[in-house]
Amino acid sequence: MFPTPIQDRSRAAQAFYRASLIPALVVWLLPLVAIAFTSIRSIDELNQGRFWTWPEETRFVENYTAVFTQSPMGQFLVNSVLITVPAVALSIALSAMAGYALAKYRFRGSLVLFAIFIAGNFVPFQILMIPVRDLFVNVVPLYDTILALVLFHMAFQTGFCTLFMRNFIKQIPDALIEAARVEGVSELRIFWHVVLPLVRPAMAALAVLVFTFVWNDFFWALVLVQSDEVRPVTAGLQALRGTWTSAWQLISAGAIIAALPPVALFFLMQRHFIAGLTLGATKG
Amino acid sequence: MSSSATPSLPVVTARPESWWHRHQASITPLLLLLPALAAFSLFVLWPIASSLWLSLHDWDGISERRFIGFDNYRELFDDRVFWTSIVNNIWWLLAFMLAPALGLAIALFLNQSVFGIRLVKSLFFFPFVISQVVVGLVFAWFYNPQYGLLNEVLRAFGIEGISPLDSETGATFAVIVAGLWPQIAYCMILYLAGLAAMNPEVIEAARMDGAKGWRLFWHAVLPQLRPATFIAVVVSVIGALRSFDLVAIMTAGGPYSSSTVLAYYMYEQTFLSVRYGYGAAVAAVLFLIMNVYIAFFLWRMLRREQA
Repeated sequence: MFPTPIQDRSRAAQAFYRASLIPALVVWLLPLVAIAFTSIRSIDELNQGRFWTWPEETRFVENYTAVFTQSPMGQFLVNSVLITVPAVALSIALSAMAGYALAKYRFRGSLVLFAIFIAGNFVPFQILMIPVRDLFVNVVPLYDTILALVLFHMAFQTGFCTLFMRNFIKQIPDALIEAARVEGVSELRIFWHVVLPLVRPAMAALAVLVFTFVWNDFFWALVLVQSDEVRPVTAGLQALRGTWTSAWQLISAGAIIAALPPVALFFLMQRHFIAGLTLGATKG
Repeated sequence: MSSSATPSLPVVTARPESWWHRHQASITPLLLLLPALAAFSLFVLWPIASSLWLSLHDWDGISERRFIGFDNYRELFDDRVFWTSIVNNIWWLLAFMLAPALGLAIALFLNQSVFGIRLVKSLFFFPFVISQVVVGLVFAWFYNPQYGLLNEVLRAFGIEGISPLDSETGATFAVIVAGLWPQIAYCMILYLAGLAAMNPEVIEAARMDGAKGWRLFWHAVLPQLRPATFIAVVVSVIGALRSFDLVAIMTAGGPYSSSTVLAYYMYEQTFLSVRYGYGAAVAAVLFLIMNVYIAFFLWRMLRREQA
């Protein structure tokens, strides 16, 4: 264990360590704490320039209700769900198949294909921007639809997901697959009945991780859609900032609302999330 | 194994060998790869080629494209804002190299088993989970000259009215600080995983040999964290070069394009100046810079694959 476990240190050191955790956390999260406070402040307090003191009266219900009644925030949230859930499900489905093919079949060019998926996942979005937008504006008229974002995210996330799934499936012993093959089970059935049940944990990890990636996307929401009816919460929040220039309590509440779903998911599925993110950080 | 006789499995071997049956081992991988490859080709591979080709054209997005060879690139060379973006991207890159170091520092601080530490760790990780739009909003406000926390603190020292985002020299650094916040959290989580996976025997052996503190860390701990360091550096480089959201939210590249980066300048040239070909050329430059790192990452990854 490194550093030395605090339990092996003097009592004073232990007490100091424990006592230092909370202030460290508060400093680290200060910007978020401030925005959380502001989201429940009254407009009068804000007008008096009291941004950083303890709120005198909490306006939690009023402010958060106002966000939903005075803006399309509810619609934005629904849009985000409608974009994110299918995109995540589809990219995981595609990459489970591709990952299995790349992990367990030997054929020429498999390593090259794998390399392409990895490389594509790191590409800057800007190099894709004009052709993808052009495709949705002129070729398949899906510009400004939820489907456009679903399709793009599905395709793009497939790169990362395939990298992840392939490495995970690689760890499944070949003997399991061979045994099924010797039994005469067809190849596709092996995938469905032998491999898929074994990769469920990986799929869960991936789902949580990719959910936050897609949910938090701002760039493509800016490039591929423009109306409130399809805008996800990230682009919506930025648009609201233009209309609510000084209503900080509403912007803050909106920011908290936008941040909440991925944060909640992270807390619920923390182990999966971290397993997904740190894949490769422990060996190599 | 005498498989075909096993009654429990409804096996197909008894049937006459169909074409599919004989070839399924070679066709299945193709079939499984096809959807992913089709999607990836359409939305990633082809657009890259298309953008590179477009960068050799003059195009307003509507009328006919006009082939102009390398004129866009020649123009970039004399474009002051383009060079500002390059310099700013370099600042982003350099500053983002702090993220692995600071992430490691926090990971070491938190790598204890005391009551509630798991919750503390996940709260430290928070900035990475939330959208960059929210991060940008939060920091834009933090820097606000009238009621931002920064000025509140500075006022205590008798300094007033500092507005980093309105300063041509300071805006980029103010945005970078906002970018570092989630990036440090990301690196921290990578290092926490690395620390948890360390071989305790190596550490104990080094301790037996009398190593402690800094020497122990440098010679026994850090080498074991190399995989984490590698990923932390790679994701930080990529993050620095990809920076777009925060610039768009916090400064929109301003004031006077002083805080723009390649990713944002490309967007601006394409949509606000309606110069698609020129925008594509900016994207191509960013892509080529990124390729150096992508190639390095691939090389390492595939070398490991062959070992």
